[in-house]
Amino acid sequence: MAASSERSPPPFPDSEEPELLEDSDEGADAFTGTSISEMDSPSPDSTRPPKDIFNEPLEDIFSDPLSNINSEPQKKVDTKIPSPSSDEVVDLFSDPLDDDSEVISSPEVQNPMPDLLNEPVQAPKSDGSSKSSSVKKAASAELFGDEDEEDLFKELPKVVTKKPQPLGPPVDVFTEVKSDVKVKPQVKDDPTDLFTEEALTAPAPKPSASSSSSRTNGVHSEEHDLFSEATVELSLDSPRNDRKKKDAVKPSVSAPVAPVASSSSKAPSKTLEELEEEESEDTFDLNISVTNPEKVGDGMNAYMAYKVSTQTSLTMFRSKMFTVRRRFSDFLGLYEKLSEKHSQNGYIVPPPPEKSILGMTKVKVGKEDPSSAEFVERRRAALERYLQRVVSHPSLLQDPDVREFLEKEELPRAVSTQALSGAGFLKMLNKATDAVSKMTIKMNEQDVWFDEKIQDVENEEQHMRKLHIMVESLVNHRKELSGNTAVFAKSVAMLGSSEDNTALSRALSQLAEVEDRIEQIHQEKAANDFFTFSELLADYIRLLGAVKGCFDQRMKAWQRWQDAENMLQKKREAEAKLLWANKPDKLQQAKDEIAEWEAKVTQYEREFERISATVRKEVIRFDKEKARDFKRQIIKYLESLLNSQQQLIKYWEAFLPEAKAIA
Amino acid sequence: MMSNLDINFFFEDFRLNAYILNVDLQTDATLQVDISDALSERDKVKFTVHTKSTLPNFKQNEFSVVRQHEEFIWLHDSFVENEEYAGYIIPPSPPRPDFDASREKLQKLGEGEGSMTKEEFTKMKQELEAEYLAIFKKTVAMHEVFLCRVAAHPVLRKDLNFHVFLEYNQDLSVRGKNKKEKLEDFFKNVVKSADGVLVAGVKDVDDFFEHEKTFLLEYHNRVKDSSAKSDRMIRSHKSAADDINRIASTLYTLGTQDSTDLCKFFLKVSELFEKTRKIEARVAADEDLKLADLLKYYLRESQAAKDLLYRRGRALVDYENANKALDKARAKNKDVLQAETTQQVCCQKFEKISESAKQELIDFKTRRVAAFRKNLVELAELELKHAKGNLQLLQSCLGVLKGDT
Repeated sequence: MAASSERSPPPFPDSEEPELLEDSDEGADAFTGTSISEMDSPSPDSTRPPKDIFNEPLEDIFSDPLSNINSEPQKKVDTKIPSPSSDEVVDLFSDPLDDDSEVISSPEVQNPMPDLLNEPVQAPKSDGSSKSSSVKKAASAELFGDEDEEDLFKELPKVVTKKPQPLGPPVDVFTEVKSDVKVKPQVKDDPTDLFTEEALTAPAPKPSASSSSSRTNGVHSEEHDLFSEATVELSLDSPRNDRKKKDAVKPSVSAPVAPVASSSSKAPSKTLEELEEEESEDTFDLNISVTNPEKVGDGMNAYMAYKVSTQTSLTMFRSKMFTVRRRFSDFLGLYEKLSEKHSQNGYIVPPPPEKSILGMTKVKVGKEDPSSAEFVERRRAALERYLQRVVSHPSLLQDPDVREFLEKEELPRAVSTQALSGAGFLKMLNKATDAVSKMTIKMNEQDVWFDEKIQDVENEEQHMRKLHIMVESLVNHRKELSGNTAVFAKSVAMLGSSEDNTALSRALSQLAEVEDRIEQIHQEKAANDFFTFSELLADYIRLLGAVKGCFDQRMKAWQRWQDAENMLQKKREAEAKLLWANKPDKLQQAKDEIAEWEAKVTQYEREFERISATVRKEVIRFDKEKARDFKRQIIKYLESLLNSQQQLIKYWEAFLPEAKAIA
Repeated sequence: MMSNLDINFFFEDFRLNAYILNVDLQTDATLQVDISDALSERDKVKFTVHTKSTLPNFKQNEFSVVRQHEEFIWLHDSFVENEEYAGYIIPPSPPRPDFDASREKLQKLGEGEGSMTKEEFTKMKQELEAEYLAIFKKTVAMHEVFLCRVAAHPVLRKDLNFHVFLEYNQDLSVRGKNKKEKLEDFFKNVVKSADGVLVAGVKDVDDFFEHEKTFLLEYHNRVKDSSAKSDRMIRSHKSAADDINRIASTLYTLGTQDSTDLCKFFLKVSELFEKTRKIEARVAADEDLKLADLLKYYLRESQAAKDLLYRRGRALVDYENANKALDKARAKNKDVLQAETTQQVCCQKFEKISESAKQELIDFKTRRVAAFRKNLVELAELELKHAKGNLQLLQSCLGVLKGDT
């Protein structure tokens, strides 16, 4: 509670907008400060014509959406509670489509974004400053108030007149979100629309604000965590945004603010997306390598430690080059942390390589046989790829845990990663319940894109698995071939030694030598099959699992929304009964409940929209990465094959005259 | 199962191989034998043996008969059992046609037809048919090599049984051996190998034969080993090629999932894998023909040479025993005449064997060196050809793929 009120923009001096205070309800005391923006906020939504937005100074545009975030939902709650007729409310929700159609054409959603993009340098600064520190915020608001006095005055009456019809603005809020959904399918393949898509994500944090305000009503406290986290996100957006922008524009300047907390939110994702675009074009300047696997300790308590070296020019890191030692469970721990924070938001968190008790035990026992050396190398390479995937994800790179993992000398031991621990058992239990609930959720997919994509991913995973099995089999057969070739080479050498024709004997021993080299080639090919091809597939099978996890998260969000919707329906029925039974004493309570559930429905719906948007963006990003990865790896694979062939030609060419020399 | 047309189509290419194995020194055109056609029936293969000859013992200059594997075996056994030929290396009998594995696979494929896609099924079927054909052609080639070797042999070519085999246009009505005969054969073999050990232990008076004996014993074992190893190597090579094939078809299905860039990429890679598969399979098949078959043939041929040495060794032992018996008889002055004749017969037999065996073993060596040369040169050339083809394929594919990205 206290946290949320701290984070919400602080109260403004009364003297500044005295009229506004008259409007605000007493329930909104914590938010009184926001009233200035509250007054503003409806303007882009409903009252102000779109061209105003362009005419206005930059600060205005930016303070608008921000304050919207805080103010809109709050107002919604404020206004709804005193609303005299519940029928109107019912109406509102029963035919939202009409509202949609009105709003779809409204430009608010798209309009702020182009501006944002046109002035990226200044924009985030004001953005950041307005939010990161209360003083600045007040100052900028003042500034804005001073500069646009005229404007303000023009608008104010409109807003005030709007107020008596309290249901107006909330409708906009709802329909705005709904219209977002409508826009999406058109967005799909058009890259220029990418920004509008991000714009869609922009309203996402609203629910958190609305929830915090609903909490002021003291209703649902059980969701405290979620909301407070959301508010944390809000408050952190701006510094990061700010910093990111600065990084992008003038990379020489060292990062001014180190982000304290993590979890990504939608607001910075716009800018991150831009950044990512840039990044994917430029070379990604963060090189991570995992080297020097080393056994630490003895017996069953032994473990492998890896050297994780980072080389970067990104200013978010303290130095350009640094090295830490990490053990396997640290990598797992990193994944646990990341997945806990990000997967529920619909992010694809790259999964680490699997634990292998058998392989590790072999290493622990300490036999220096080739299979355990191969195991270690395989794991090392997998860990390296894992880290590279993590840092190449723009949102995950920002996570303090990632930086800590890369930079900090000593990490607290990751405890919950052991397979045979209580935590492991709990995890298994959770997985099982998840699987069950997944089966019970019957989601009728409205979104064609998702419908197809889910199916595609399912198919793709299946084929990848099949392919993986076959490549594994190829690896095994090549190894077998290599072994058999070696044996044959020895045998031919023996045959050559017992042959009594000198030239033939010589040719046979030459053949044995050739076969020996071919054995090497086969071995290299097997290693190549394995490390460049099979491991790539294994990685992507895991990653596709993560993608499916994202889809599941989205489905869960949908389920929550549907449940809330059902609940609301029930409440309304109850209210209707009460009306009919004419029990006014309970009516008020029923109305309160309805309002509460309406808020929840809105919130869950937005969460669903938000997660859908994120998942979608993530999947698009994933597909891009996948295409790049596969192309790069397969070309590498083929180049290595090419090399082998060249060697093969060399060997046989050398042999041919020997064979001809037999007389 | 397989139409005759198919077989003829592939036949030519295998004919060549038969000659490759059969590098005989004979350029004599008086008797030329080949297998012009073969027909695979349910449990037997019918070979059409075609003969061209100017020898007066034949009624016509050119004729063909249909023979089965059992008749080849009969001919071979008749050579082995003929005392007259004890001094020669009897060309090894061709191996029994063995299509069981291939047939079984085809049958399994038929059963599993429902569980795979049409493309997979067609592909598998083609593969199995190719495999079947390869075995078939190899069988034919082995039988032909046997006949050619006999026809090229200065003594064996005049054998009456051989002429009957070539000319008599009816069934020779040879039957497979019955159980009793098989048991007898088994005991004979046991006795022979036990005897072989005894005989081999006897120090030879002649350095040439002593050397040949130690050489052949070692050589036979080594060639046996090499042959087994080469088979295993080639088998794993084939499995690898099969894997590549399956990878290609899975990549193809992945590629047809969608029409994105990556899918197109997959399709191209799939195409490459498909071609690579063909080359790899060819490499394996050529290694099989040029290397494994060569080794297998010399495994049998060295066995035949060993048998010759055994017969000579046996004759030597008999001769020495006869000498001892003669000494004994002279000492006791009893049955001297009989002992003398036995001794003389043994001596003659031994000398006759020794005389022809020396030439035979020298010929064997010449043939072996020539055959190895020819096969190894061709193996190297084919390996080079395939490796270069593969290289070119990879280069062009990489060019296309890189151009794309």
